[in-house]
Amino acid sequence: MAFYRPATYQKPVVLALLLALLALPPALTAFGQEFYIGFATRVLIFALAASSLNLVLGFGGMFSLGHAAFFGAGAYAAAICMSSGIADALLAFPLAMAAAGLLALVVGAISLRTRGVYFIMITLAFAQMAYYLFVSARSWGGDDGLPLASRMMLGGFSLTSDSALFYATLGCLALVMVFFGRLADARFGRVIQAIRENETRMEALGYPVFRYRLICFALGGALAGLAGALLANLTGLASPNLLQWTQSGTLLVMVIIGGVGYLYGGVVGAVILLMLEESLVGVTEHWHIALGLLLLGVVLFAPKGVAALFGKRHD
Amino acid sequence: MTEALLDVRNLSRRFAAVDALQAVNFSVEAGEVHALIGPNGAGKTTFIHHVSGALQPDSGSVHFAGRDVTKLSMHQRVAVGMARSYQITNVFLGLSALDNVALAVQGRQDAGSSFRFWRPARSETAMFEEARSYLEQTGLAQRIDTIAGNLAHGEQRALELAMALATKPKMLLLDEPMAGTGPEESARMVELIEHLARHVTILLVEHDMAAVFRLADRISVLVNGRLICTGTPDDVRADPEVRRAYLGDHL
Ligand SMILES: Nc1ncnc2c1ncn2[C@@H]1O[C@H](COP(=O)(O)OP(=O)(O)OP(=O)(O)O)[C@@H](O)[C@H]1O
Ligand SMILES: [Mg+2]
Repeated sequence: MAFYRPATYQKPVVLALLLALLALPPALTAFGQEFYIGFATRVLIFALAASSLNLVLGFGGMFSLGHAAFFGAGAYAAAICMSSGIADALLAFPLAMAAAGLLALVVGAISLRTRGVYFIMITLAFAQMAYYLFVSARSWGGDDGLPLASRMMLGGFSLTSDSALFYATLGCLALVMVFFGRLADARFGRVIQAIRENETRMEALGYPVFRYRLICFALGGALAGLAGALLANLTGLASPNLLQWTQSGTLLVMVIIGGVGYLYGGVVGAVILLMLEESLVGVTEHWHIALGLLLLGVVLFAPKGVAALFGKRHD
Repeated sequence: MTEALLDVRNLSRRFAAVDALQAVNFSVEAGEVHALIGPNGAGKTTFIHHVSGALQPDSGSVHFAGRDVTKLSMHQRVAVGMARSYQITNVFLGLSALDNVALAVQGRQDAGSSFRFWRPARSETAMFEEARSYLEQTGLAQRIDTIAGNLAHGEQRALELAMALATKPKMLLLDEPMAGTGPEESARMVELIEHLARHVTILLVEHDMAAVFRLADRISVLVNGRLICTGTPDDVRADPEVRRAYLGDHL
């Protein structure tokens, strides 16, 4: 293992893509393809959610199969905020992050006492418990989910238009990726990457490994909560399906396709998976076969993920 | 009488069918080099695991610097001043020698919190300067930027030691620092340990008897999980039971 280091050309590429994304809503509007603004927003939201899992899995080395619980918790927190009169995202989003982060803190405090396949199972179990909790919560809509009366405000701006929500999402993703990049290079990032490689050695150097893992896990949960809150705004609904383990699986697949432990692995994976789904789902109902082939291709030809073809982590 | 720096009382540990440690009483005085020797499978590494906190005993206690540390975890014991090196090299093979030692410096309590998420660790020049000084002390000055996986075996042993030193321990627990090194490398290691011993207390597990008899102030002999003798090198050399159980083959 080496510590993550971005490729030198990563910054200009990302900046160019960011500029292109800024121009996307007006461009789509000009061509009468407004529908795709919503789709693009969805991609960005999943890029954020997958990146939050990549922090936990790729950098922290914690193979969580329950990450969707925090994604869903963020969505519900946003919907609950809305229904109790908190309609400003500047307050509701931090609350959603806090709720999801707190849930992750509790789940992590218990799960992180186990290792390996037990950890995978216990995170899965917690997520399923959360799923059934929300399904059976009548006051939160049961299995219909909890709808949002409208989209939120962001300070003085309304997120009602698809373009506004797109830009808000892009802003969130950009901030999170900047933070993620700094974190990877900062003390904390070095510690969690080293723990991923050899936790015993880190204990023997005096690091309270459990605490670092837990904070990393909770941070990933909080960021997933942010993605959930954005998704609730996009779809106008906090649905229990968001907490399903299949959703955790989707996020995992995104990270694995994109590149486990590469800064942009989650983003790349989300883009590839959702574009594939979008372009094939209209053509054939068997689009999962194509997904299977893609996974196979990645495992065979780019086992470290697509982002690994461009960046480097290993020397 | 001054209290020992390390005081192990009645320590016992059983693995399935093996009594790995049987009521071991063992102490290390501040400032001494105390060697622990014994045949393969005697329980030396297991003993180090229990002192460092990697394993918990079935019964007995470990006292360090005047406090009972039996219930403390490994990282807590590092914080009170124990550092260990591993019999089988255990460093971060993908990181440079400097990054390996910098991690050790960064983990120290007095190096500040590592819950820092923004400032690049690379910009902390003091931390890396200090890490560099440990590499110089252990003879790795020329290998600072070399990836640990590309270091020669003897150099990896030295790096292991540099990382332990970087935690600024009161006591070093060295599990066969000469393991697998050639004669030149181990001569250098002996010199290094001799030098370190002026500043830090050392518990040394080693099979190289020339090194042990040169370095140790006291020697304890462990056979089949039982401590059969503790004394000065001369006492131990003369002990008939030790000769029969172990030293016979070595002297
Ligand atoms: N985790 C374990 N589970 C079961 N038995 C173990 C375990 N660890 C060690 N043992 C056994 O305990 C005994 C002591 O082993 P240990 O590694 O401590 O010996 P040692 O004195 O360090 O030997 P060496 O000189 O070869 O390094 C051996 O019989 C070993 O097989
Ligand atoms: Mg051993």
